[in-house]
Amino acid sequence: MPFHHATLDNGLEVIAELDDRAYSVAAGFFVKTGSRDESSDLAGVSHFLEHMTFKGTSSRDALKVNRDFDKVGAKHNAQTSEEDTLYHATCLPEYLPRAFEVLADILRPSLREEDFETEKQVIIEEIRMYLDNPMSVAYEAAKTAHFGAHPLGNSILGTVESIQALTAGGMRGYFERRYSPANIVLAFAGAASWEPLLAMARQRCGEWQGGPAGRLTTPVQGSRRFQSIIRADDHQQTVVGVSDGPPLESDDRHAAHLLATILGDHTSSRLYWSLIDPGLADGAEVSYQDYNQAGAFFTFLSCEPESTRSNLEIIAQVYRLESGTVTELELTQAKNKVLARSVLRGERPMGRLSSLGFHWMYQRKYISVEAELQAYSHVTLADLERIQAQWPLWPPTLVSVGPKTHESPTI
Amino acid sequence: MPPTKSMIEHHTYPNGLVLLAETMPSVRSAAFTLLLPAGAAYERPLISTGFGGAATMTAEWISRGAGERDSRALLTALDNLGANHAESAQTLHTSLAVATLGRNLIPALEIFADMILRPHLDDEEVEPIRALCLQSLHSLEDDPGSKVIYELRRRHFPDPWGRSSAGTPEGVTALEPDHLRAFQAETYRPNGAILGVAGAIDWPALRDAVGRLFDAWAPRSAPAIAERPAGPRRDHIPRETQQTQIALAYPSSTVASPDYYDARAVAAILGGYSSARLFTEVREKRGLCYSVYAAYEGQLDRAAMFCHAGSTPERAQETLDVMLGEIARLGEQGVEPDELDMMRAGLKSSLIMAQESSMSRSASLASDWYHLGRVRGLDEISRAFDALSVDAVSAHAARLGRELEPTILTLGPAPLAQPPEREPSALETRN
Repeated sequence: MPFHHATLDNGLEVIAELDDRAYSVAAGFFVKTGSRDESSDLAGVSHFLEHMTFKGTSSRDALKVNRDFDKVGAKHNAQTSEEDTLYHATCLPEYLPRAFEVLADILRPSLREEDFETEKQVIIEEIRMYLDNPMSVAYEAAKTAHFGAHPLGNSILGTVESIQALTAGGMRGYFERRYSPANIVLAFAGAASWEPLLAMARQRCGEWQGGPAGRLTTPVQGSRRFQSIIRADDHQQTVVGVSDGPPLESDDRHAAHLLATILGDHTSSRLYWSLIDPGLADGAEVSYQDYNQAGAFFTFLSCEPESTRSNLEIIAQVYRLESGTVTELELTQAKNKVLARSVLRGERPMGRLSSLGFHWMYQRKYISVEAELQAYSHVTLADLERIQAQWPLWPPTLVSVGPKTHESPTI
Repeated sequence: MPPTKSMIEHHTYPNGLVLLAETMPSVRSAAFTLLLPAGAAYERPLISTGFGGAATMTAEWISRGAGERDSRALLTALDNLGANHAESAQTLHTSLAVATLGRNLIPALEIFADMILRPHLDDEEVEPIRALCLQSLHSLEDDPGSKVIYELRRRHFPDPWGRSSAGTPEGVTALEPDHLRAFQAETYRPNGAILGVAGAIDWPALRDAVGRLFDAWAPRSAPAIAERPAGPRRDHIPRETQQTQIALAYPSSTVASPDYYDARAVAAILGGYSSARLFTEVREKRGLCYSVYAAYEGQLDRAAMFCHAGSTPERAQETLDVMLGEIARLGEQGVEPDELDMMRAGLKSSLIMAQESSMSRSASLASDWYHLGRVRGLDEISRAFDALSVDAVSAHAARLGRELEPTILTLGPAPLAQPPEREPSALETRN
């Protein structure tokens, strides 16, 4: 598939992977900013700002933003993580100019005071919705416990108190610093032609201004501490574990992802056979998350409160497997899973958009689906052993949420 | 440009199994969805105790060893084919779904033929499955947003059509291997089974392979179902949560009914896109919630529109009042031409974009056949949306809350004031 790249005069990078077999086209603004870029007085501002962009611009109110997307049948949304805010829209090719005009417009929002106060209520509802979800509570607490004072430990949503304390002025200042064109990558994937895309990007984004935006990427080492949060009314115990892993800049990320698949894919992994198949837990998974100059393996466990301790012992055994015990068969199996999932995801422009944008943002590299699959196919058992030795999964930082209090598992 | 016309094929085998296939020239993947008439609704007639949970336990059991393979060999074989698979029971069906590379489609179907025709059903697997299902039920209790929808469906549809496949703790505890075997033997039948396949496929080879793989599958008669009334129509579940969950269900029109597209339009205009009425009024203007939506569910003889929102207890009453008020306003004032256009643009875009997903197409093929006994082409659906009129959609909306009486359920620290219940309408009791 053809790939194109250009940098506008103001520093905005524009990339596109074109696919004339696609029925749709996806566009996304990748803003390199998230909760790790927030000072404590602005906790939650990145995510709140993501909501506020949809509340209108100098030429549109919130209702018009939504209606103008809806008129062309565009599927649009946004998401905020620890380090990125992504705004995207997918539509039929003939409607791209209209959908893109709205998407680009909202990246220069008005941030009006009255909208700010209404949306504050929505954010607080969102925080409270996640407080009703034990896995979200455990996940948030585990990140904070693991990363400690490092900005990767910041909460994406913030707290009810931090959101109530935010001001529209504080948000505007943050916007000015972080949403400069040099801190944004604009990516397209799917059915389109490059020249019109580039012309459209120049027309809609060429006037954007702002200087470079930095980021602190201080190295971090996880705390490996234990914390329990009592929720007496919960029926299940929910545990999240975190341990350090290779950063996204590392070539080891493919091996790390395969290791996580072997240990804790939702089906037919080591944790599946140790915990799910025998009915000891109703959830037991591992995922590898890469960050800018950091990385982590996350373990998720949901089980009966009484079996938490014995299940953690089983997980410890799985993670402490002697080097050399992962078999060639397991590695092949994991590669096959990853390959099929990449192909399936890559068949939709929206499925391609995020890996396209993030690879460019952090590595200045275009990595096609084929190149990505090649990288996975080159991983060897020796690579997995090296990862396990360098980034041991046990003992992790552990946060246990539910009715059961128990001391730190001394395993 | 991608090809605009895809090809849909159909074959019914002597034992009643229906195969539908759509060739999608722009993808490398292939997917299938096999719907078996083995949903939770059929548990009561087949299991003397009436206990719930058998459909889910059976769907898990068949994957734990079949044909020549034990449990581990079976999942490993699927992994090696790169087959993303999910086996799950719902109210009406047990659904077995797989997506993989086109070249691995028939090998994956061979494994699923083993699971259906030659499952081991070893007794020793039942205790782990029971433990798993009990824990899933406990996890459901910890998830108020899902819990309220499960409970709403049970109160809204006449039993067993609102029955949850998760079952009940009593049911899952009491089910014996023989109960599950009886359920499997009676409901995993080819007559009533629909296999939808989409993606990079070779039709003649697929038709022959499916014939060969499922030839030995013998038909069974369908179990008779006696309905029981549901309810209550107004209810509250006390729970110490951060948000009060609000869930409404209105009777709607089935897929085969003449006003099906009007019903879908009403659900979309209320809560199916970003400038839809509920999202605009409840969230955008008033900030009362994070999530609010309206969704349609169709069965053969009944259908419903569900609306859901979660809101802080102090603001939950206002949220419910605004939701009911908006539904009433839609009925009184009708829909705007603009809204019909947006609804059409969104639904048509979704239809075309579904051509990029073999999984999504395979599910649509099977679902269309179940509801209509045929597969609708893209053109047909587009024409039906184009033909919608402001008057007809408004007339449909006007029935909401009048002849189409809602079921209302809340879950949270305190009950809300709910509008009084009216006499059930003719439409709701026609079954």
